[in-house]
Amino acid sequence: MAVTLYWYLIVAAALFCIGLYGVLSRRNAIGILMGVELMLNAVNINLLAFWRYQTPSVMTGQIFAIFAFTVAAAEAAVGLALVIAIYRNRDTVIIEDINQLKE
Amino acid sequence: MMVHTTVFIVLGVVTLGAALAVVTSKNLFHSALFLMLSFVGVAGFYVLLEAPFLAAVQILVYVGAIAVLIIFAIMLTRRLMAEDLVQRNAQWVWSALGALLLFGVLVVTLVQVNWPVVEAAVPEDSITALGQDLMGPYVIPFEAASILLLVALVGAVIIAREEE
Amino acid sequence: MQEFFFNISWLIPLFPFVAFFVIILFTQGNRKLSHSISIASMGISWLIGWGVAFSAFTTAHLEEHPIHFHIDWFPIGSTWFQIGTWIDPLSAIMLFMVPFVCLMIFIYAVGYMGYGTDEVDPNYSRFFAYISLFAAGMLGLVVSENLLSLFISWEIMGLCSYLLIGFWIDKNYPDPDQITPREAGLKAFLVTKIGDLFLLLGILYLHSQTGSLSYDVVFSHGVLQTLAENMVTLPLLGTWSAASLIALLIFGGVVGKSAQFPLHVWLPDAMEGPTPVSALIHAATMVSAGVFLVVRIFPLLNIVVEMEHHNPAMGFIAFIGAFTAFFSSTIAVAQDDIKGVLAYSTISQLGYMIAALGVGAYVAGAFHLITHAFFKALLFLGSGSVIIGCHHEQDMMEMGGLREKMPITFWTFVAGGFALSGFPIITAGFWSKDEILAHAWHEFLHEGVVSWPFFVWLLLTLAAFLTAFYTGRQIWLTFLGKPRGHHAEHAHETPFSMTVPLMMLAFFALTLGFVGIPEEIVGHGNNWFHGFIGHEYPATPLSVPVMLLSALLAVGGLFLSWLVYGRKPLAHGEMDPLERGMQKIKLGWLYVAMRQKFYFDEIYQATFVQGSIKLADIFYQIDYFWVIEPIVRFVAKISRLLSKGTGIFDTIFIDKLVNMIGRVGVIFSDFLGVVDNKVLDGIVNSTGRGGVLLSFFSGLTDNKVIDGIVNRIAEVTGWIGVKILRPIQTGKVQNYLLVVLVTILALLGLYLVY
Repeated sequence: MAVTLYWYLIVAAALFCIGLYGVLSRRNAIGILMGVELMLNAVNINLLAFWRYQTPSVMTGQIFAIFAFTVAAAEAAVGLALVIAIYRNRDTVIIEDINQLKE
Repeated sequence: MMVHTTVFIVLGVVTLGAALAVVTSKNLFHSALFLMLSFVGVAGFYVLLEAPFLAAVQILVYVGAIAVLIIFAIMLTRRLMAEDLVQRNAQWVWSALGALLLFGVLVVTLVQVNWPVVEAAVPEDSITALGQDLMGPYVIPFEAASILLLVALVGAVIIAREEE
Repeated sequence: MQEFFFNISWLIPLFPFVAFFVIILFTQGNRKLSHSISIASMGISWLIGWGVAFSAFTTAHLEEHPIHFHIDWFPIGSTWFQIGTWIDPLSAIMLFMVPFVCLMIFIYAVGYMGYGTDEVDPNYSRFFAYISLFAAGMLGLVVSENLLSLFISWEIMGLCSYLLIGFWIDKNYPDPDQITPREAGLKAFLVTKIGDLFLLLGILYLHSQTGSLSYDVVFSHGVLQTLAENMVTLPLLGTWSAASLIALLIFGGVVGKSAQFPLHVWLPDAMEGPTPVSALIHAATMVSAGVFLVVRIFPLLNIVVEMEHHNPAMGFIAFIGAFTAFFSSTIAVAQDDIKGVLAYSTISQLGYMIAALGVGAYVAGAFHLITHAFFKALLFLGSGSVIIGCHHEQDMMEMGGLREKMPITFWTFVAGGFALSGFPIITAGFWSKDEILAHAWHEFLHEGVVSWPFFVWLLLTLAAFLTAFYTGRQIWLTFLGKPRGHHAEHAHETPFSMTVPLMMLAFFALTLGFVGIPEEIVGHGNNWFHGFIGHEYPATPLSVPVMLLSALLAVGGLFLSWLVYGRKPLAHGEMDPLERGMQKIKLGWLYVAMRQKFYFDEIYQATFVQGSIKLADIFYQIDYFWVIEPIVRFVAKISRLLSKGTGIFDTIFIDKLVNMIGRVGVIFSDFLGVVDNKVLDGIVNSTGRGGVLLSFFSGLTDNKVIDGIVNRIAEVTGWIGVKILRPIQTGKVQNYLLVVLVTILALLGLYLVY
């Protein structure tokens, strides 16, 4: 049984949904960030799978993946900095305690 | 062919299993370690997809940098990481249900579509082509991305810096 | 030599641009160095600009073969965006006007911002940095060879206008209703952004249709024809050619930038900025950038005329322009602020230019753009000189008698004012304005009385008279008679750095018109301006009645205003004679409306500003009181009703039933007792007992089951309300995310089902 595009897409979908679950259910801000990273990875698997199976001769798919890397790195840096800043100011990283949006 | 398929299945099990452990583990530190494992699995997928450069970048950036950063952040906020702390919020059941549903919808949709597939090999010097494309047609986005990284770096330093 | 200047034309916007960075980064602390850098860079730009302009004047066939330099700028997919310069007759005459006027204003600003005096502005250096950037934006816009770099320059100017109008950022007024500089800057920025959105849409549409934004591509005949033939049907608006649609969208940007009705409201408030800024914005740069853009894209309008002999888009443009020209001149009549009059007069004159382009008078529109820039810059700088001379007094009712005290300002102001009024023969304004009126008249003869050119001509003619009247009013009120306020009594002439630019500008305000005298007067081929800029467009035929009429209106308006204001100067605190006169003929309300600018600010405040606030409030109300709360309350009410209903049902129906059964049992037993009270007693008794038992059971069900169900329902709904609906508004992002997920799932589900 040969590996097809569908396999990759399904694995990526699964990884995305697992990450989504993490984002939605974690109380800890760092846990949420981990979920986000998983989702971004799923997206990258998709990008590369489509690249490999549809346009392997053009590098656009890989280039998009590289930009997704960049954004992920920036997001992780700023996100974790925010976590640390929040921790310093409010002495918690439990996201349920941070609900200024309500007020 | 068999080898390929076997490797794929193993990678899939490792990646998804580790990912599940990431989101369910009670100990956040274990989560981070599983996250690294999951990233390595994804890098394996990249190798299978014949994108070795991306696989290397995946290891470097995700495993080497982001995961370490996360562990670092966990250490910094260590006091709150006590084992007995509940790591799931009140809506976790609904979240799981929603995520599962989304997965179902995605799979149903994915399988229904007949994706056009090109049976072609990856060019020999794909890394060279990648580099040339980055410096050629995509040089503006490339530079924009570098500025984005710089801005994120500066922003992160400013946000995380201790107030004097 | 020509070659040399054309080759370095790209340097023109660069010098002020570099000056901006040098001043803002390095020389903020040194006032003298800052203004020296700024003026020197502008001076070099002016030299190169005039070099390019005069080289262009002496180049043959420039219109057919513009000088075009470009390099690849950045790639976007498979095409490259270009950057470069484009020197055609239009940019040549703009290069004659813009750098010179800018330079004059820069020099003037040294005096105005109080250099060397005690009143020097604390942010003096920054001011020069900003105006340098502003000038760089305008020069970049003039020489740019495509619409993208034009748009970038356009937005640089938008930013600078915000910075400069709000330059006195910490200024406050005792009257909370009076607009402060920072509010005015914000207002200018936001209002012009409305137009810029249309401009951007137009540019994007043009790019999607032609794949390029360079003038040599989009204005080539083939491309224009394709655009004109490509018809687009819009809902409600009918069918338009792509060319007209693009032109109208770009015109939307012009309406904002050139302050045409209905987006004119920002310009009068822009007077809150320092006066050199007003001169920059209202004369040389920003507002003329709008008209310049219409002249630029005129081929898009003209191609439709060539192919179909009429163009409704141009009718629309002409009408907007003419209406703006007329109505803002009526407002100008009733203003007391010396800069307020000029502000509305600028709007009105811009309306003239737009209307000119709308009726097809390409040459006349461009001509008026240039002459107006000179005399309006002169008038603004003159009013600034008056303001400085009168110690920052701006109310004309407090002035008077400045003729002896400020002679240079007076005479140059008169020159500018007469040019604005179109005083015959000796002023530039006469020749350019007359050409517009003549062209509108010509179109009207062509089309007949009940056509739009007739209204355009009528409105413009009325506006010409009003222009002469309010200009005269301004001159007489300010300079004649006796001083009406103590500021005016102690007025003094301003320093040379201010009066010299006035004299230079006055020279051009009087003489520039001579380059565009109609051929019927000066002989065939001697209308230099027309020959240079637009010989492929037909010349406006001279119309003697129109010329006589406009001369008469100009002189008549000035004379009438002299009769009202000059012959018998006002005393201090006296009512404006015009208001008195209008009150006499029961038109006092009209005068008040004019003075209040026809309440446009109030109307916009009440409609758009309050409207959007209200809308946001309504959405909030819908969200909170009509969706979440009502659902909770509705569910609670339903459950309460339900429990009440079952209670009623319970008491009325079940009890009745039980009683009935019991009674039936009793009746039955009576009946049987009558039949046989001996044999069947046992049966009867047991039946009666059965009835009692049944009633007990039904009572039990009643209490336990029905009540239980009712209570459960109430509990469940309460739980839904408390646990599901209220937590939706928790302020916790994860809840919101979950809601998003559910919504996406619902949408995906819908998509999959259908």
